[in-house]
Amino acid sequence: MKSEIKIAGFGGQGVLSMGKILAYSGLMENKEITWMPAYGPEQRGGTANVTVILSDDPISSPILNTYDMVVALNQQSLDKFESKVKPGGILIYDSYGIHKRPTRTDIKVYCINAMEATLEIGNNKAFNMIVLGAMLALTPIVTIDSVLKALKKTLPERHHHLIPMNEAALRKGMSLIK
Amino acid sequence: MEEVRLMKGNEALAHAAIRYGCDGYFGYPITPQSEVMETLMEEMPWETTGMVVLQAESEVAAINMVYAGAACGKTVFTSSSSPGVSLMQEGVSYIAAGELPALIINVMRGGPGLGTIQPSQADYFQATKGGGHGDYHLITLAPSSVQEMCDFVGLGWDLAFKYRTPAILLADGVVGQMMEKVVLPPFRPRLTDEEIKKLRPWAVTGKSGGRKRNVLTTLELDPEIMEKHNERYQATYRLIEENEVRYEAFNTDDCDYLMVAFGSIARICHKTVEIAAEHGVKIGIIRPITLWPFPKKIIAEVGSRVKGVMVVEINAGQMIEDVRLAINNPSVPIVHFGRLGGIVPTPDEILDAFNASFPNK
Amino acid sequence: MDINEIIKPENCVYHRPKLLNDVHMHYCPGCSHGVVHKLIAEVLEEIGQEETAIGVAPVGCAVFAYNYIDIDWIEAAHGRAPAIATAVKRLMPDKLVFTYQGDGDLAAIGTCETIHAANRGENIAIIFINNAIYGMTGGQMAPTTLLGMKTATTPYGRRADLNGYPLKIGDLVAQLDGTCYVTRQSVHTPAAVRKAKAAIKKAFENSLAKKGTSFVEIVSTCNSGWKLTPAQSNEWMVQNMFAKYPIGDLKNV
Repeated sequence: MKSEIKIAGFGGQGVLSMGKILAYSGLMENKEITWMPAYGPEQRGGTANVTVILSDDPISSPILNTYDMVVALNQQSLDKFESKVKPGGILIYDSYGIHKRPTRTDIKVYCINAMEATLEIGNNKAFNMIVLGAMLALTPIVTIDSVLKALKKTLPERHHHLIPMNEAALRKGMSLIK
Repeated sequence: MEEVRLMKGNEALAHAAIRYGCDGYFGYPITPQSEVMETLMEEMPWETTGMVVLQAESEVAAINMVYAGAACGKTVFTSSSSPGVSLMQEGVSYIAAGELPALIINVMRGGPGLGTIQPSQADYFQATKGGGHGDYHLITLAPSSVQEMCDFVGLGWDLAFKYRTPAILLADGVVGQMMEKVVLPPFRPRLTDEEIKKLRPWAVTGKSGGRKRNVLTTLELDPEIMEKHNERYQATYRLIEENEVRYEAFNTDDCDYLMVAFGSIARICHKTVEIAAEHGVKIGIIRPITLWPFPKKIIAEVGSRVKGVMVVEINAGQMIEDVRLAINNPSVPIVHFGRLGGIVPTPDEILDAFNASFPNK
Repeated sequence: MDINEIIKPENCVYHRPKLLNDVHMHYCPGCSHGVVHKLIAEVLEEIGQEETAIGVAPVGCAVFAYNYIDIDWIEAAHGRAPAIATAVKRLMPDKLVFTYQGDGDLAAIGTCETIHAANRGENIAIIFINNAIYGMTGGQMAPTTLLGMKTATTPYGRRADLNGYPLKIGDLVAQLDGTCYVTRQSVHTPAAVRKAKAAIKKAFENSLAKKGTSFVEIVSTCNSGWKLTPAQSNEWMVQNMFAKYPIGDLKNV
């Protein structure tokens, strides 16, 4: 199996780190992984995006034409990447600040309100974990268990107390997909 | 069991260097490779292996520190990106002239000038044709994955010490910045000063043990003697050309067309070739791993029996000159495709260019 | 009387230091370089550091310094000697590492490396020959050339409005926290030579003791470049150079 994913949004939304957690989760499942950021000044404000490829087989190109799943977290990203979803693929976008909705009908489009969900669980730092939960609810790229294992491996010990909060955010995100 | 890690190419370089038994790193921050020094500073190898890590005042100082470290017989390296590597060229020429083993890493970005910070391969000429003054070559290795970023650190030093000549890793922003799985090599101890004196009797270590003084100089006012030095360098280069050519060939046995690409873009070509195969077009790929010495023979061999050759680079056409020289056959159409200034083409763009160049398949 | 009757050990009043090679120096008669080379050779021998000393030679008149003193050397690119010395000392902390540089090498093209090595407090000694002119390339203006002084590139004399001011780089490095010893000496009289030798010795000992950067400026003559006789050069130096570059310690921590 192979998942080719693009995550895009504002710098500061945790786009790159969400991709990293996904990549580490893939590592926990022994998958082949490529995490390729559009790096540069975008990281410090403006837009940021990352390509994550998880595969059972060796990965050739880190640069792709189209994606199985696109996660767009602002209008610019939606505008830029809607057309890059493979026919039959998945587009997830966060409704906050979106004034021009996606129009394609040959793909599955999901609108979530992760921004509102952060307020509901009272943790605005959990935004990207909520989005990740929504992604995993739609397609089992990796298991929640692998995500939690990845967090444990990548977070310094002093931050391990934050893992239950992250799990709650993931589950909240999953519940957003109906 | 070997440990599989997930890291950026730049981070892998740093870990590989420490594990190789590196004595010193000297560098100056520049995007997109600053993670090399950042990782080294975070790892604090001076506390464990005794390796020196120094943030120099400039790339000019950094390359001269590498020149000095290599002169002392130490295993040293620097890393930078295109504009910084341009600044280093004088020092690189000195290192080559001093017949010193050293490793230089260029994680290329778009130029010329200050340019962009996005991936590029526009420093092919600089690396393979001698970016500084004088007749010299650098053993030039082009990694295309994080694993190769790691492995080529060791390979680069092995070759540099084997031939006593500098080696360069010509990477690009893609392999520097992307994260992939990597298996790091086991730790090797650094050589002791006594071992260096024995293994590298030419090294500047202090005139002791009854030997004559060692002087590392690249100055020679007598042109007759300087010509002799040059002949010795050239003899080494011929030896390297005979023994150290490396490449990867894919689908070249029964292909109708050939793509030649190095580094990250070669992997993008793989995707292009997959898509083309779905339409019944058979394209082989040769990925030169050593850009110098250039894999002339295999390219000539495959290139002369295909209907067309496309050289794909993230530049305006540099390696294509070596491909043309290798094939040396005007009846084989050899075309180039590249994006410039820091733009990395997608597999589809490459396929479109291929189809436009070879419409009557 | 046969000359061999005179050349006997008991009649020897002076001999070439052991570390000074028996070759002809390429320096002009009257040049200060030869004296300073001799002092370095003497000091290294006296403190028993022939085997640990590593010298870094510059580009300029002293480019061939490595031919004259019998120790291990690295020839630096123009201006880069302090960067070279930095790496050598960091990689081999127990060596006595020194650079030998002129005013163009140290205070023009290599200012950056000089300031930063000194500011990092690298445990090296810097021997700086300041003769206010570019000797090797044929008498052009140096950063330390005095106002009004005629050189090949200031044929009517150095003018502040055209060429800027003489650079007192010794004073500059003395400001830096990384330097432990900054001094200005000369070698134009036996007394001055003795003082200069003591300064070099102190600088070398500081390198071994890892006390920080030592900087020994030798205010020197260049009779060829100055177009004076050696004796006139010494007089001119005392009258003009010492006014701008006064002799003595600038810092001694």
